Amino acid sequence: MAEKRFKILLGKPGLDGHDVGVKVLAHALVDNGFDVVYSGLRKPIDRIVGMAVENEVDAIGLSILSGTHLVLCEQMKDEMSKRDLAIPWIVGGNIPDDDVAAIERLGAMAAFPTGTGLDEVVDYFKKLAKEKKRTV
Amino acid sequence: MSKTESKGKKDKTRGVVLESGIEVDPLYTPESINATGSPADIGRPGQYPFTRGIHPLMYRKRPFTIRQYAGFGTPTETHERFLYLIANGQTGLNVAFDLPTQTGLDSDDPMATGEVGRVGMSVDTLADFEEVFEGIDLDKITVSLTINGSAIVLVAMYLAVAQKYGFDLKSLRGTAQNDILKEFIGRGTWVFPVDPSVKLVVDIIEYCASEVPKYSPVSVCGYHIRESGANPVQEMAYAFCIAKAYIDETLRRGMDIDEFASRLSFNFDIHGNFFEQIAKFRGARRLWAKIIKEEYKAKDDKSCWLRMIAGGGGGGLTKEQPENNIARSAYYALISALSGTQTMALCSYDEAYTIPTEKAAEISLRTMQILIHEMGICDTVDPLGGSYYVETLTNQMESTIRQQMHEVDGWGGIVKLIASGDIQKAISQQAYEREKAIQDGRLLKVGLNCYRKEEEARSVGFHPYSEENARTQIARLKKIRKDRDSERVQKSLARVRKDAEDNRNLMPAVIDAVKAYATVGEITKALKDVYGEYEEPIYF
Repeated sequence: MAEKRFKILLGKPGLDGHDVGVKVLAHALVDNGFDVVYSGLRKPIDRIVGMAVENEVDAIGLSILSGTHLVLCEQMKDEMSKRDLAIPWIVGGNIPDDDVAAIERLGAMAAFPTGTGLDEVVDYFKKLAKEKKRTV
Repeated sequence: MSKTESKGKKDKTRGVVLESGIEVDPLYTPESINATGSPADIGRPGQYPFTRGIHPLMYRKRPFTIRQYAGFGTPTETHERFLYLIANGQTGLNVAFDLPTQTGLDSDDPMATGEVGRVGMSVDTLADFEEVFEGIDLDKITVSLTINGSAIVLVAMYLAVAQKYGFDLKSLRGTAQNDILKEFIGRGTWVFPVDPSVKLVVDIIEYCASEVPKYSPVSVCGYHIRESGANPVQEMAYAFCIAKAYIDETLRRGMDIDEFASRLSFNFDIHGNFFEQIAKFRGARRLWAKIIKEEYKAKDDKSCWLRMIAGGGGGGLTKEQPENNIARSAYYALISALSGTQTMALCSYDEAYTIPTEKAAEISLRTMQILIHEMGICDTVDPLGGSYYVETLTNQMESTIRQQMHEVDGWGGIVKLIASGDIQKAISQQAYEREKAIQDGRLLKVGLNCYRKEEEARSVGFHPYSEENARTQIARLKKIRKDRDSERVQKSLARVRKDAEDNRNLMPAVIDAVKAYATVGEITKALKDVYGEYEEPIYF
């Protein structure tokens, strides 16, 4: 039986309309063998988490560039615990260094600020996939 | 991936190819100009087809307008910032709004949590504009509103505040961005579905043509299309197709091209190859003039003018060694001036990772002032005119942009391609190719993938977000909702709905609602009741 491929939901929570980066990452992940689901713009956190469940994804990536990351990560934490989910999630975008630890404390596995290379993020997901013993 | 790589290597051995796909010769001669176009097309500045500029004397008569993007937090803070910018010699204001305002939500909407006043000024009611523009000579300072999805409400508010402070609408100059079609490609502050969105853009164009004749009711933005991943030719071609969509819709209302075309304006991007950008603007200016005259049969030369703000694009700046961005931006400013722009704005050097600090914003302002006052850039018109290379490339850019526009029409037209997401998909693929080219060193960015040095990593930064300011704004909104004449508000909102259903021009009804202190969210909601909301095609 063919092994299931590692599936990632890329989400754009909040009102931020900057989607160049998240789409570039989506292309890179697909090129590297991942299954990618994209939420589209301006989705509330509960919708994004709902999409993650419906699509049975293995991980969630949130792209946030407007500076609202702490507010949205707080909502993410609440939503994940409300639904008792353990899907790993990460955040990318305009993230000040000082906020990385705070985001991780809220339950994100990692935070990738502006300037992070595509390879670094792709490798991170590869590592997660390996841990979950999924093919890429 | 390997296909692109081998193509890139081949290009390198074969020659120099611009982003737009045009090959560059090592030397240009008078024959190059003749081989690519008609020398008569170069013409004179101020004369059709305006290759060398839309005015006979250009900056010799008046330098380009400097207009930096500003606006954050509360109306009070924005007001102070504007007074500071005016005192420092800025002649135009460019207002940034927060995301709730841009997407038609009130400050107390649940989706607005954490966003009130964050990336720009928050506006809920006319009271906010009354505070921001108090004491500013609206008939002298040109005000540009960076607003699209909710443009009809904010333009109505601007006109209402100008009237309230005693300015004649006929004397108002300034610009509303009001280019919704590009929001579906990049930036993403759409609200309504595509067709009613275009209708609202045209309502503003139509209304302003008769009531606010000196105001530019739309600024068609190639800028964000380029920033989303388009090449320079696509930037111009898509922007022109979008502008034509607005023109076609306006003409369908029975207006004459010469009644409004002269007030259309454009917003373009600058980054990438120096000469390619200059030729892009010169070629596009000529092409636009020809389109308006030949296709739309304009009789007034002014209708044929490509009036533009052209500024340094954020896409060219790097987070690495950010001070290098000061040098880049100075070149972008030079490109802009050599291209005959009407208005200039530069990104600040720290904009790749933060909202500009005061110091960085000042360096941008000074960069443009140095160009005007020290470099002699205003002494003579179109100093590159006649250059074998620039004129040849101008010819090539003109024909390549025209060709790209034909392709868009052949695929079903820009509105259809945007509604289906096909344009967005193509651009997104290109953005990925560009990123890969940077990552594997085919596209060089100094300090990023060459001449890198170990430096202290710079953290991304934001203006500290003020919860207190957000609370103040919300409290203010609630007070206005309580104090206003609610019957008048409800009546005015009912009129907005009725006029939308009857397919009337909505400006009069929205102005009426704004004057009754109906909120941005309420007026947008009334329109959503009739038009529904845009459903984004999901693609990448």
